[in-house]
Amino acid sequence: MVVMKMKFPFQKRVKLAQGLWILSWCATVAGATTFTLGCILKTELRRRAEVMDNQDIHIVPNTLMIVGLASLGINYFASKICQDALDAGRFPRWKNFLKPYFAVSCFFTVLMLLAVIMSYAMKGSLESSLKAGLRNGIRFYKDTDTPGRCFQKQNIDRLQMEFQCCGNNDFRDWFEVQWISNRYLDFSSKEVKDRIKSNVDGRYLVDGVPFSCCNPSSPRPCMQYQLTNNSAHYNYDYQTEELNIYLRGCREALVNYYMGLMNTIGAGVLSIFLLQGSVLVSLRLLQTAMEAVAGKENTEIETEGYLLEKGVKETIMEYLDPVLKFLLLKNQVEEGSAAATTTPT
Amino acid sequence: MPFMPVKFNLQKRVKLAQGLWMLYWFSVIAGILIFSLGIFFKIELRKRSEMMDNNESHLVPNLLILVGLLACGLNAFGGKVCHDSLDPIKFSKWKPMLKTYLLLCCGFNVLLVLVSLLCFLMQFSVYLTLAEGLSYAIRFYKDTDTPGRCFMKRTLDMTQIEFHCCGNNNFRDWFEVQWISNRYLDMSNDVVKDRVLSNVEGKYLMDSVPFSCCNPGSPRPCIQHHLTNNSAHYDYDHRTEELNIWTRGCLEALFSYYSSLMSSIGVFVLFAIILESVDMAGLKYLSTALETMAEPENPECESEGWLLEKGVKETFSDLLTKLKTLGRTNQVEGGDAPEANT
Repeated sequence: MVVMKMKFPFQKRVKLAQGLWILSWCATVAGATTFTLGCILKTELRRRAEVMDNQDIHIVPNTLMIVGLASLGINYFASKICQDALDAGRFPRWKNFLKPYFAVSCFFTVLMLLAVIMSYAMKGSLESSLKAGLRNGIRFYKDTDTPGRCFQKQNIDRLQMEFQCCGNNDFRDWFEVQWISNRYLDFSSKEVKDRIKSNVDGRYLVDGVPFSCCNPSSPRPCMQYQLTNNSAHYNYDYQTEELNIYLRGCREALVNYYMGLMNTIGAGVLSIFLLQGSVLVSLRLLQTAMEAVAGKENTEIETEGYLLEKGVKETIMEYLDPVLKFLLLKNQVEEGSAAATTTPT
Repeated sequence: MPFMPVKFNLQKRVKLAQGLWMLYWFSVIAGILIFSLGIFFKIELRKRSEMMDNNESHLVPNLLILVGLLACGLNAFGGKVCHDSLDPIKFSKWKPMLKTYLLLCCGFNVLLVLVSLLCFLMQFSVYLTLAEGLSYAIRFYKDTDTPGRCFMKRTLDMTQIEFHCCGNNNFRDWFEVQWISNRYLDMSNDVVKDRVLSNVEGKYLMDSVPFSCCNPGSPRPCIQHHLTNNSAHYDYDHRTEELNIWTRGCLEALFSYYSSLMSSIGVFVLFAIILESVDMAGLKYLSTALETMAEPENPECESEGWLLEKGVKETFSDLLTKLKTLGRTNQVEGGDAPEANT
């Protein structure tokens, strides 16, 4: 059962080869674009690596970069093959190369599609990584004198200002941590002593947020301390008034940003995947059409081209046979038949 | 005696034409770059026009846009002439226009010199506009309910955050203005009443700065209120301690940004002037080499190209006499007419 049989007169073969040559150069540029997109995504993820707990999400840009580089090679060979295709004397030298070439190309093309699927599937992993990273960032905000955590304050401040967000889930996360270091607290003051004694862990908790949570668009000068105390500020009601700090949490802001970036990149990679697939299909048709010409004196005859000689299942089994043999699964059958042949004697 | 003559055989002419064609297309790209730099500069000025009291002069970016477009047009025409120069039939079409074209290019070069000068000199104007605009911006920071000034607070906050600066010359500019609107002041409070009565104009002045002056890189949570009061904060001496607000003034920050932008554009325009002059010289050589071919039918003959037909001094004196006769022809004719009448 041949898959996708098509008749190819000489002119059609020539047109196919020429079209494929242009298509393969477009696909080379597309491969370079995929690599660049992978680099861009990796750079963006590295910029915020301090608020991410693990690097699992980096598998998406790494895959894109590998696929981009591989497609450069695949399309280079595709253009070389179709250049030689119209010369019946030069085409046979590619004969032994083509079977492994198609196997490798199909693998990398499927990998491209997998990368796009992964970018959607790993949203949960990204979110949990950001949750843990931001929680640590907020906890270590005050430790500007601890080596390894000196820049936590600066990173969180810059993050909150750039992404217009406050805290992990929202601004109340700052009420649960001591974000003012003990170095700047006057322990002889009664107020400080009361606050510290008021909770089990002996932490100085305030209902205030750092200045980086302030929203510049608010018409009122920023109120960052005593947020839940209505009498501390004039004409202020904590429940009804629109606070002039950012209400959105940084985890939500970062997840939205990265998912938007990955959606855009995913759309581009999907179209590149379609382009690459069409290159491979056209190359296969050209190869099968040219194989029928081999050995004949008149090279301008009409031939047939097809995608797969047998059906899909049989072709997959044909490719997997050497792999299974290597894994010793077929050896058991051979041993059994060897024993059967020896017993009658 | 021609000025700077060079002998040309066919090979040399072909090489000159090809090299000049490439150079003209580089000049077209340079023209596109000048155009885009002009647009970028215009956008940067518009983005911060609130800081300059909407008073900024758009002369330099407008000139850059005009000059960029002119450069593209002139150089594309030059490239076309070079492309056709080795085909005598096509070249004869362009021959009569070459003299005017070269004069236009001369004038365009003078315009480029003017633009480059302006890029460097207009920085003074930008400085003065910024100084005035920023003082207004600080004064109108609190007027978020006045139409036309609603966004002054946001623009100034974003500028201070982006450029890492505070106030006009430094952060003490905020001590001299009331930057908290009366809407948010409890006028029945004694502290507020004391402060308002303590100065002549009845302004609520404090030794505090807005939150956008805070430096995220400082290890200490931001101290923005009671800056000059040592007892208001633990372990704080405002004279010795490194303050955790930005100490640079926004005038200096914004001016250094704009002046570096304008200086780089000025240097690029100078480079474009050199490129244009080389183009003009090359075209003059090519056209004179093609004109002085001893046998027009034989393309392989030798010819001579030059920059000026006579020496530099003689060309200038020729030009001057031409200008004088232009003015004098009218007088001579006026003298002839009365003679004819009598």
